[in-house]
Amino acid sequence: MALIEVRNVSKLYHLGGEEIRALDDVSLDIDSGEFISIIGPSGSGKSTLMHILGCLDSPTKGTIKLDDTMIENATAHQLAGIRNRKIGFVFQFFNLLPKLNVLQNVELPMIYSGLPAKQRREHSMEALKLVGLENRSKHRPMQISGGQQQRVAIARALVNNPKIVFADEPTGNLDSHTGEAILELFRKLSTEGRTIALVTHDPEIAAVTPRRIEIRDGKIAKEVDARLAGLDRAGAVIAGGKP
Amino acid sequence: MNLFNAVMVGLKEIWAHKFRSLLTMLGIILGVASLVGMSALVKGMENGMKESLIAIGGLERVRLEENDIPAYQQHLTDQAVGCTMNDVYALEKSAPLIKLITPEMRLRDAMMTKGSKTFSPWVFSGTSPNALEMNQHTVEYGRMFNEIDDEQARNVCVVGTGIRDGLFGAPEQLGYEFNPVGEQVTIKGQPFTIIGMFQRYESEQERKAREYIKEHPPEPGNTNGPSRSKGWGGKRSNNFVFTMKNNTVYIPLNTMWVKFRSTAGSNNIPDARLSSMAVKVADVNSLEQAIQQAHNVLMHTHKGIEDFAFQTQEDWAETIGKAIKNARMSGGIIAAISLLVGGIGIMNIMLASITERIREIGIRKAIGATFLDVFIQILVESVVIAVIGGAAGLLASMGLVNFLQFLSPTENTPVITLNAMAMAFAFSVGIGILAGLFPAFKAAKLDPIQALRYE
Ligand SMILES: Nc1ncnc2c1ncn2[C@@H]1O[C@H](COP(=O)(O)OP(=O)(O)OP(=O)(O)O)[C@@H](O)[C@H]1O
Ligand SMILES: [Mg+2]
Repeated sequence: MALIEVRNVSKLYHLGGEEIRALDDVSLDIDSGEFISIIGPSGSGKSTLMHILGCLDSPTKGTIKLDDTMIENATAHQLAGIRNRKIGFVFQFFNLLPKLNVLQNVELPMIYSGLPAKQRREHSMEALKLVGLENRSKHRPMQISGGQQQRVAIARALVNNPKIVFADEPTGNLDSHTGEAILELFRKLSTEGRTIALVTHDPEIAAVTPRRIEIRDGKIAKEVDARLAGLDRAGAVIAGGKP
Repeated sequence: MNLFNAVMVGLKEIWAHKFRSLLTMLGIILGVASLVGMSALVKGMENGMKESLIAIGGLERVRLEENDIPAYQQHLTDQAVGCTMNDVYALEKSAPLIKLITPEMRLRDAMMTKGSKTFSPWVFSGTSPNALEMNQHTVEYGRMFNEIDDEQARNVCVVGTGIRDGLFGAPEQLGYEFNPVGEQVTIKGQPFTIIGMFQRYESEQERKAREYIKEHPPEPGNTNGPSRSKGWGGKRSNNFVFTMKNNTVYIPLNTMWVKFRSTAGSNNIPDARLSSMAVKVADVNSLEQAIQQAHNVLMHTHKGIEDFAFQTQEDWAETIGKAIKNARMSGGIIAAISLLVGGIGIMNIMLASITERIREIGIRKAIGATFLDVFIQILVESVVIAVIGGAAGLLASMGLVNFLQFLSPTENTPVITLNAMAMAFAFSVGIGILAGLFPAFKAAKLDPIQALRYE
């Protein structure tokens, strides 16, 4: 049974009488442990899909089932809890809190899940070790590089051990070298068994993931699954690296 | 997020905007300080007035005075007898609700002389020995005159310390306490012997101020010029009641009647009119009945002519009560308004603060902050500002009250009450909560996606 089941989801916006279909009858499943990319040109509805999958937004039509919970039945309070414990977000602009240091930023999700301070500290340090930043824990976000900031954001996304991590253009604000390092980190996390969904407009980045979903004008235009083509996971990454 | 975390986040936020937070708190600080200061002033007023009320005999003391004859009895004016000793005897016999009656025959513009010094007392009165109890006097040196002095119309007098200060010098000038008992003085040309002196009457605050000066004597070089009498008592006294008591001279009623009747003006009638009578009722709670009883008795002795009137301290006490209530009310309103303005300041700054932090709120919500989490965070921040402001306001109010005490060291010294402090503090916390509600609600219901998109 899939971790996320999306059925006939549409998202409509109304702007001055005009109807914008940001998502148009999208259905898809994401299994636990998958490494998936959502790709499409600007304005195609990638971020909208990610927000809906990540319980930040609700669809106009259709249903989403996450880890056996029907999302449209959940209250705002429950959604916050789901975001807190089952979902991790990584954003293009890092979205760290500038007044908190690295460690405090990583601790933040656990403050909302009510963990005691000692455990928060331990888990945060573990997560920081995972992204290789344990020696920057007392720095402010402004005192570290963009790539490091994105690593902190990834550590924050991982710290509550979520079912799935969503990353919206995680390399969009980084130079290509740093971006590659971040992608490498995602790939490594994936091999450790994490479920990760990458959102990007860059086919080169999408090529890193075994499974790619292409979106155009709010619809799923094309789906590529390297595993179905008989390639194993590691092979897909290598193959994706040299298209 | 638990409360401790919320408070820590709030404190951090306030610390990050020190100057802005300070300005915001200033409203609350001023509000709390003015509330406490105002209530301290009113409390001081109340204390002073209560002291005065007790010093003049309390509520159970009623004055009986001559009054204009009512219009419908105008034709009986010739028959009117006024207040006389007959009234005293009649009341003693027939008005059991009245426990003490003190007749009084006052003489205005009496001059006292001792050697080259002259002094005119505020009260120069012929009365009975029980005036001591009636007017709450205590004899410190010598004795009060007695029935025998009265019967024989002896030229003896008992004086207040103000008189002594005027005629012989105040302890502050002499450097020692002069005991005037046994001294000969002249009152309106008649020789009198001082047989007693009352204690010095002063308000609690005057006493403290005087003791302070005693302990911290002024530099000797600062006492300029020869010693002189500066009016009554030679010192600034702000309390009328105490000053009046200190400047009192009592002589026996009969002495007044016998020695001064030719000069007593309108009292110069053979029936020995009294200028007034003071009565003390046995029980304040039956004041009404006691006055009615006295009225009935007096209507008899006055042949049905109502040429007298009762004057109770009730009116005075009521006026005081009303004045205090008014002062408290207007002061309270002003302080409440300044607190309210402080609250509006907090709300204003909180609204500005959440607008600045829309993105932060979006991030917090994206990683799992609930409506309540955000609501409490913003509310706590507002309350923390108010609490710090309130605490600082309490400190400021102590400074303010000290300053007020410095301005008026003796008169109605302001008194800080714990009650007022608790109330002002609770008020400021309440204002903080009220001011935070709307911004907190606004922040908590932000849509996370729109908040994240916000630049
Ligand atoms: N709040 C909104 N109101 C109206 N239209 C919206 C809103 N949010 C998104 N849209 C529209 O929905 C469509 C999809 O937007 P979305 O942000 O998902 O695109 P995207 O694929 O993420 O693009 P990009 O690669 O530039 O980030 C766009 O046409 C956008 O204009
Ligand atoms: Mg996007």
